[in-house]
Amino acid sequence: MVNKKKNYRYDFPIIANWVAPNSKVLDLGCGDGELLNYLKKERKTTGYGIEKDPDNWLKSLKAGINVLQVDLEAGLSEFEDNSFDVVILSKTIQSMHNTEEILDEMLRVGKHVIVTFPNFGYWRNRLQSIKGEMPKSKELPYAWFNTPNVHLCTIKDFDNLCKSNKYKIVNRLVLTDNQSVSLLPNLFGALALYNLVNR
Amino acid sequence: MTTKNSIGIVKTKIFKSSNSLKLKSGKVLKEYSLIYETYGKLNAKRNNAVLVCHALSGNHHLAGKYSSKDKHPGWWDNLIGPNKPLDTNKFFVIGINNLGGSDGSSGPKSINKKTNKPWGSKFPITTVEDWVNSHEALITSLNISKLAAVIGGSLGGMQAIQWSIQYPEKIEHAIVIAAAPNLTAQNIAFNEVARQSIITDPDFNKGNYYEKKKRPKRGLRIARMLGHITYLSDDVMGSKFGRKQKNKDYQYNFNTEFEIESYLNYQGDKFAEEFDANTYIRMTKALDYYDPANGNKKNLSKIFKKIKSKVLVIAFTSDWRFSPNRSKEIVKALLDNNINVKYAEITAASGHDAFLMTEPRYHAILESYFKEMLKN
Repeated sequence: MVNKKKNYRYDFPIIANWVAPNSKVLDLGCGDGELLNYLKKERKTTGYGIEKDPDNWLKSLKAGINVLQVDLEAGLSEFEDNSFDVVILSKTIQSMHNTEEILDEMLRVGKHVIVTFPNFGYWRNRLQSIKGEMPKSKELPYAWFNTPNVHLCTIKDFDNLCKSNKYKIVNRLVLTDNQSVSLLPNLFGALALYNLVNR
Repeated sequence: MTTKNSIGIVKTKIFKSSNSLKLKSGKVLKEYSLIYETYGKLNAKRNNAVLVCHALSGNHHLAGKYSSKDKHPGWWDNLIGPNKPLDTNKFFVIGINNLGGSDGSSGPKSINKKTNKPWGSKFPITTVEDWVNSHEALITSLNISKLAAVIGGSLGGMQAIQWSIQYPEKIEHAIVIAAAPNLTAQNIAFNEVARQSIITDPDFNKGNYYEKKKRPKRGLRIARMLGHITYLSDDVMGSKFGRKQKNKDYQYNFNTEFEIESYLNYQGDKFAEEFDANTYIRMTKALDYYDPANGNKKNLSKIFKKIKSKVLVIAFTSDWRFSPNRSKEIVKALLDNNINVKYAEITAASGHDAFLMTEPRYHAILESYFKEMLKN
């Protein structure tokens, strides 16, 4: 999506920071497999990727990933409780229908969970909304009529979901381009990264 | 089929084992032969061999032709050849006719040395496990200590799994296509109807028909017709034949009215001419008996603990005889053991038979998988 050049996505190092060395990782919606290979290189991880899209699936295969073509909306019934150190859902949650179910499933299967998503509350998105059009940006590259995104949310929304569903936030980091945002993150942050455990 | 990238003219070979083979049933084959073919060259390290296991009606003739006059190439010629997904410029490919077959390996049609007559009904029923043991004997005779891969669809996929369980040190990759960890009741039911149609054919003569004038063609024909229906999907039959009629108006008799009837009759006739009834019922038995988990689904994870190979599992969406859910059972048990597994579910209309078709995504996956194997 963002990763047009061969460069690693700028959120990769942060995700890697939250992944302990030699972890067993499950990456949901692993795309071309670059995150898993990045983690393998940086953290000596093992594990699997799940990818539904046939073209991406093949890219992952070619990248040497253990890639499984499973529909995430149906849950993670192939995986036992606590069978992974970490389960990652990177820039995918906004396109999922069963949002709460998948978060519950991730926390069942993984000891901790990393979720990243584009912050709909980012000021540029708000500005475009005020102008009267659906936001489009580097993080939200689609037009309203062809977007796969069905559950966009703001950082505040996600915080509230964590509170009401008893997900404990271990770490939260908000980024705009390559920079960490600490001042009014829901306004100035383009991408949110969460590290969660079950409370 | 184009002749482009064909392996060309091929020859069969015979492996004769004078070592006895203890069968799962408890019986013993004192000696046996396997007919096989090989394509491509075994490299100096002897580590580029790929064994291809056949399904119910397949055999050792995977690719190429026996002569330039030969009408049809081997049954997996669309996959195997120079620059094809399973590239014979890179891999040494082996096809074997399983025990109980009728194309040159020891089976009901071959001569029982004791009696100097065809074995017929006396040839013991062999299982997937027995086949894998016999394959291993052949591989060893070829001085191959480890196969780069074992690949197969349907019953062939079961052999690929079984290879990983039975000889974990001797297989690097298992490619398991349109398979299942065992048959469902519905599948066994279809097999039983097929067997009954053969066994109750008066010409079957309890399996001892080789020295008679007539062979049980009627039974075999019906068995094949039934099988054929189940290997296709409702959709593909609908799009291929629909309610297309042979004649403009209904005849109001029992001659063929619909295209699908004439297609099935043709397929049945052709098969009954070419295939052996004793082999057919034995292959369906091997399918029915295969169950590495011994009736307990949870056992599969325990059994798979032995597996050391990497595994590629492929299923087809419209395959209702070996549905994707059955493949996922295999995947689940592999995941439980942290085995390197990849799983693809291919959208294809043609049902179980899709594994034999030139479906572009399917072949692209196999091509990439084999290319990846060469890298490592």
